[in-house]
Amino acid sequence: MTVIEAKGLTYTYPGGTRRALEDVSITIEKGEFVILTGPSGCGKTTLCRCLNGLVPNFYGGKLEGEILVTGLKVSEHQIYELARHVGLVFQNPENQLFALFVEKDVAFGLENLGVPRDEIRKRVDWALQMTNIENLRERAPHELSGGQQQRVAIACVLAMQPDVMVLDEPTSFLDPLGAQQIFDVISRLNKELGITVVMVEHRLDLASRYSNHVVVMDKGKVVLDGEPKDVFSSEAARLIGVGIPKATRLSQVLEMSGVRLGRVPVTSEEASQVLKEVLSRD
Amino acid sequence: MIEVKGVSFTYPNGVEALREVSLTIHDGEFVAIMGQNGAGKTTLVKQFNGLLKPTRGEIFVDGVNTRKVSVATLARKVGFVFQNPDHQLFCETVEDEVAFALRNFGFEESTIKKRVAWALNLLDLTEYRETSPFMLSGGERKRVALASVLAWNPKVVVLDEPTIGQDHKQKEKLRQFIVQLIAQRKTVIIVTHDVEFVAECNSHVVLMAQGKIVAKGSAKQMLTNSALVTQASIVSPQITQIFLELADLGMPIDLINIHEAREALLNFLEVDS
Amino acid sequence: MSVFDGLRFRRGSSPIHQLDPRAKFFYVIVMFVVAVLFNELLPLVVLFLIQIPFVFVARVQREWIRSLRGAAFLAIIIFGFNFLFTYLSGQYELSYVLERSFAMSLRFIVLVESFSVFFLTTSPDHLGLALEQSHVPYEFCFAFTTAVRFVPVLAEEAQTIMDAQKTRGLELERGNFIKRIRNYIPILIPLIVNAIRRSLELAEAMESRAWGATEKRTNLYVLKLKKSDYVLALLSILLLVLAVYIRLFLPVPQLGVVLRI
Ligand SMILES: Nc1ncnc2c1ncn2[C@@H]1O[C@H](COP(=O)(O)OP(=O)(O)OP(=O)(O)O)[C@@H](O)[C@H]1O
Ligand SMILES: Nc1ncnc2c1ncn2[C@@H]1O[C@H](COP(=O)(O)OP(=O)(O)OP(=O)(O)O)[C@@H](O)[C@H]1O
Ligand SMILES: [Mg+2]
Ligand SMILES: [Mg+2]
Repeated sequence: MTVIEAKGLTYTYPGGTRRALEDVSITIEKGEFVILTGPSGCGKTTLCRCLNGLVPNFYGGKLEGEILVTGLKVSEHQIYELARHVGLVFQNPENQLFALFVEKDVAFGLENLGVPRDEIRKRVDWALQMTNIENLRERAPHELSGGQQQRVAIACVLAMQPDVMVLDEPTSFLDPLGAQQIFDVISRLNKELGITVVMVEHRLDLASRYSNHVVVMDKGKVVLDGEPKDVFSSEAARLIGVGIPKATRLSQVLEMSGVRLGRVPVTSEEASQVLKEVLSRD
Repeated sequence: MIEVKGVSFTYPNGVEALREVSLTIHDGEFVAIMGQNGAGKTTLVKQFNGLLKPTRGEIFVDGVNTRKVSVATLARKVGFVFQNPDHQLFCETVEDEVAFALRNFGFEESTIKKRVAWALNLLDLTEYRETSPFMLSGGERKRVALASVLAWNPKVVVLDEPTIGQDHKQKEKLRQFIVQLIAQRKTVIIVTHDVEFVAECNSHVVLMAQGKIVAKGSAKQMLTNSALVTQASIVSPQITQIFLELADLGMPIDLINIHEAREALLNFLEVDS
Repeated sequence: MSVFDGLRFRRGSSPIHQLDPRAKFFYVIVMFVVAVLFNELLPLVVLFLIQIPFVFVARVQREWIRSLRGAAFLAIIIFGFNFLFTYLSGQYELSYVLERSFAMSLRFIVLVESFSVFFLTTSPDHLGLALEQSHVPYEFCFAFTTAVRFVPVLAEEAQTIMDAQKTRGLELERGNFIKRIRNYIPILIPLIVNAIRRSLELAEAMESRAWGATEKRTNLYVLKLKKSDYVLALLSILLLVLAVYIRLFLPVPQLGVVLRI
């Protein structure tokens, strides 16, 4: 089932000089874990904003083309209607948490929707449990570490039980171990609950193991779109300057030196497997 | 040379961010400070240009005690690029932004022009010369902040999280640029969570945890030691992870980047055949 | 270190913390009214003393003392002015003037005291909630809690910005008066821009979480008046009635006179 379908999206910010998006078309199926990457300023954040109507409803300007999310035409719905279906998590955890207790923050979206209190309580507990932060429920969000805050931000969105979760560089402020834990949480939501994930990320070495669909943008356009191994091994990805995972990069370097590997590895496990075969071949 | 001698630091709210830290950074050295969120990395580097003064202990920059001189004086020697570019951008154009510090330091207009052009070109910003810094994307603003400090050519450059929000190409540029700085005998200190970047740079690494220095050594020594890596809340580079699995086949396990990996594999295959 | 430090909420679980903000606010108002009713020292001393048990039950002695210390300076000024003006008028004898002036500063202290107990023991979140349930528009309540949440963040940010500009050679204390004011531009602009950027990001996050979806917002927490809240309200009313009665029908002796007996 198709969850997100964008056709010919073109957009310029009011006051902007360049097109932030230019003829962007993508299709994302239910349950996919999509990584969206590309050079800085290429329009990744802008595309994320289109997915729940922040562009153009909040930012103004005119969005050309058409985008459907879970069957809803984004242009015909308010942001708050889309919020039930698409949850956005932003880069900076500090500015998306505004309550004085964690659980109150997690409840915020449900309160806005007018969900009855008992139901809110249930869903908040569930979201805290899914993100492993039940012990933090009565803490103040701004007293938590970056990693904990980002988990709270995910719980906030999760409590609204969205079909799609969009995360814009959710781990860039976190130490690698903290980042990995966030990826694990997201991956769990993707696998166990079937939530479709769209994640903007530069650190592909850490993130690509979770993904089954990679979209690369450049200068407002989608330039590559496909399975991780195909995208990462393409010449175009290297030329644009995507941070291809070292596992894939190593295989490319070896192929260029005349070592035939046969497969394209993306994770370290795959790479060591492939290399084991090669090394013990002769 | 930066000498940190038994420095402890406590914030006014009582958080003990540094505990008895001692460290020497030599001229021309390239050091990456890594470690968990909240380990005290930023607190440590802020001591280098006197923004923070030790609660206990002493810091000497080229033999001068940081307590004895103003930040402005130290800043000429120790350039510091903050983590968040939005904490410093305020001019109407990118060009003015880069020139700001140069004017403060009293450079001549002609020199300023040259240095600004140089810095903008270096960081791929020439096309944005006349643009307002506020109109740029996160990654672009970061580069403007970088350019505005590099412009006065300080002897020591401290970069707090320079790779955040940067794409691979920009990181590669940054790396080459740092290599260039090192070649000019400048000292470069970066604070970063980016393991792959450090592996690529092959710098010295200082690992921190809970206000203390856990270890200092080459990137190779630090990043391939799984106990240290865990203690500092980082993960090994992907190449290291791959080769850990290949140890049974007689491959070395202390590799951190592609070049080394390629060499090792080709050597192995050649010896074999 | 200021009066405000003594007003900032400290998390706690004492019976006073558990009281409903509305009941506590009512008590503060009563304290205010009663303190204004009297300008004699004796009743004000009584008002001062009856609040002290609250402070100890709430375990906020240290912060409370700090707020008093902060208020002391103003109290001394109030004392000075009252003393000067009443004494110079030459109509009263010294002991009366002293007592009256002292009463005026004590009145101020009593006000600070009750406000500080209120703010020290009432979480801003609960306060926001109380506002909400008193039919104050939600936007206003939200603005209130958000402001409380972000003020310390902004203060820290201002420090960081100052650090960043100092690093780029900015010296705030350099130059004449006009130049010095201009020196603050590189600090003010990022501060403002960041505040705007932050509020935009905040607004984005709020929008993304269905802000404004329905008029009938629900709430995770509800405040319910408990028995203890009614007790406090009742006590406050009693105090008020008593005070009004004394004011209207009984003479209030000078403290000096009372002590001499
Ligand atoms: N609020 C805005 N107003 C005007 N122009 C904007 C705004 N936000 C972004 N832009 C412009 O739109 C383009 C795309 O920006 P966007 O933030 O989507 O890039 P990005 O891929 O997320 O980059 P990064 O990796 O640096 O976050 C950029 O050229 C940027 O200058
Ligand atoms: N201005 C401040 N006031 C009070 N405490 C602070 C301040 N800045 C930092 N701290 C505290 O000091 C400790 C060390 O912080 P520091 O910013 O040096 O960590 P860091 O290693 O740079 O972390 P990160 O990787 O998240 O940037 C943390 O516990 C932090 O909460
Ligand atoms: Mg972005
Ligand atoms: Mg830091």
